Amino acid sequence: MKLERVLPMKNLRRKPARTAALVLLSAFLALSVFGGSVMVLSLRNGLKSYESRLGADIVAVPYQARTKGSFESILLQGIPGMFYMDEKYYNKICAIDGVEAAAPQFYLASTSAGCCSVPVQIIGFDPERDFTVQPWVRERYAGELGDGDIIVGSELTVPKDGTLTFYDTPCRIVAQLGKTGTGLDTAVYTNMSTIKAMMRSAESLGFHYLTDVDPDHAVSAVMIRVAEGYDAEAVTGDINVHVRHVEASAAAAMLSSVAGGLRSVSGVIVLLVAAVWVLAAAVLSIAFALISHERAKEFAVLRVLGASRNMLSRLLLAEAAIVSFSGAAIGASAAALIVFPFGKAISAAMELPYLMPPLGTVLAIGAASLLLSTVAGALSAALSAWRVSRNDAGLLLREGA
Amino acid sequence: MVLRAENVSRRFLRQRKGSNVFYAVRGATLALAPGSLTELTGRSGSGKSTLLNLLAGLLEPTEGKVFLDGTDLYALEDGPRSRLRNQTLGVIPQGQTALGALTVLENVLLPGLLYGLPCPRERGEELLDQVGIAPLKNACPTELSGGELRRLAIARALALRPGILLADEPTGDLDDENTRTVLSLLRRSADEGLAVLLVTHEREAAGYADRHYRMDGGVLTED
Repeated sequence: MKLERVLPMKNLRRKPARTAALVLLSAFLALSVFGGSVMVLSLRNGLKSYESRLGADIVAVPYQARTKGSFESILLQGIPGMFYMDEKYYNKICAIDGVEAAAPQFYLASTSAGCCSVPVQIIGFDPERDFTVQPWVRERYAGELGDGDIIVGSELTVPKDGTLTFYDTPCRIVAQLGKTGTGLDTAVYTNMSTIKAMMRSAESLGFHYLTDVDPDHAVSAVMIRVAEGYDAEAVTGDINVHVRHVEASAAAAMLSSVAGGLRSVSGVIVLLVAAVWVLAAAVLSIAFALISHERAKEFAVLRVLGASRNMLSRLLLAEAAIVSFSGAAIGASAAALIVFPFGKAISAAMELPYLMPPLGTVLAIGAASLLLSTVAGALSAALSAWRVSRNDAGLLLREGA
Repeated sequence: MVLRAENVSRRFLRQRKGSNVFYAVRGATLALAPGSLTELTGRSGSGKSTLLNLLAGLLEPTEGKVFLDGTDLYALEDGPRSRLRNQTLGVIPQGQTALGALTVLENVLLPGLLYGLPCPRERGEELLDQVGIAPLKNACPTELSGGELRRLAIARALALRPGILLADEPTGDLDDENTRTVLSLLRRSADEGLAVLLVTHEREAAGYADRHYRMDGGVLTED
């Protein structure tokens, strides 16, 4: 058994309170870098997923939708929302120069009343005209979406009998979508005839969501694809000028506000992580400087007994590495315990799309955090280790005699 | 095994007083032969400990050389020189020098642990028995008296059966009884074939030594 394996452990056990404080400090290093990295990556993933799921260049909604809560919050936070306009606006939008394709969507929010299994946002689309929902529905369901069929988001629990009821309309779940990290994960998708049937049933149950629009000729939003050679911003402007009572937003602009929010949150996370690292590294450096000073005589004794200068450095570095590795393991585990179970809460608190990276990536980040924190801890002792190795053993023993 | 210093000097830079340079040891020549106990005396600050550190390979001389059986100690890099010190020299430093994180027995076995050399428990226990502190083998150093700690340092210095023993004031601040115990141990070690250098202020030590040297202002003279 060699000294480097025995003495650092014994020294650490000798001062349990100090060791615990150093381990805790190292844990903060790993916790901040692991938790921060996973959060920033999850936010970026969420934005990518949001971008790909939106699938349109322009989104047009009735003007009153702006006051009822934005379209973005429905998509991002899964807040059920309903707004309607007459289908004639859809036709007017289609007539605007530069609109290559337009797909109407119909929104209905289910309630927590007995007529509905769960309160969610139900999105109706027309399979004939849709180009935004079906591309990613096909990833999970290749069949035809018949009347009474629904596809549910990843966050919804699928009952054993595979059916959900909305406004007393029983629906068969044909597929469950992959996770997006957005409000779409709690949404339900169906075709137009099913959602209109639900709407009629809601009316008969006493839910009068539509007062001035005929349900059979109503739409909630129009997803627009711009023809090649046209500028989406310009087409958006044309729609807003020529189609009254409609608010069109370029997807890029919608995304830029989300991206802006993401940048701010990411910036704050990075700053916090940097602050934790600078503080922890400084405190660890001071702690190891004090430890090496306190044990200067012991190091001198080891030198007298035959320890080389390098060996003395290695002893202090081994002690720092044990402390920082233990702390890093605790910190990374604590970060995993926070980030995994509380992902939803974090997402809700930040009001941004949040999609956890794949497990392999998270494990790789965990391993990198562990390594980085261990190395950082050991490096914080490097200067003290070098000083210990340069001390004059004879002088130290005489001073401390 | 012979440790020999040839005309070694060690000068230091001094920031205060008139001269910037002073010699802690000046042109010292000394040989430690097996089976003999050499006593080195002198006032505080006369250079005794500096000479011991030069002999132990801990402090490079500014002039002269130190040979261990023909090997120029300071021609070696720090690593090999440290290993040579570990395996051939037993050093008893000044003061109380036990490592607080280890038990008494672990402290005695410490030199073997440095390079993973075989130093069985039995050897440690035998040495503790020889210095009279065997019952304290599992105690912490903080539980030991000054005299017991000195005896621990002697046992530790002998753990790897060195050829040479360098003792720096091993009886400092000990009572008469402990002083006699320590001096007897060193004498016995010399009688068993070790070359022993005893740096001391102790008048009584003269009676145990074969040769007597004196340091004065860094200059070594044989009495």
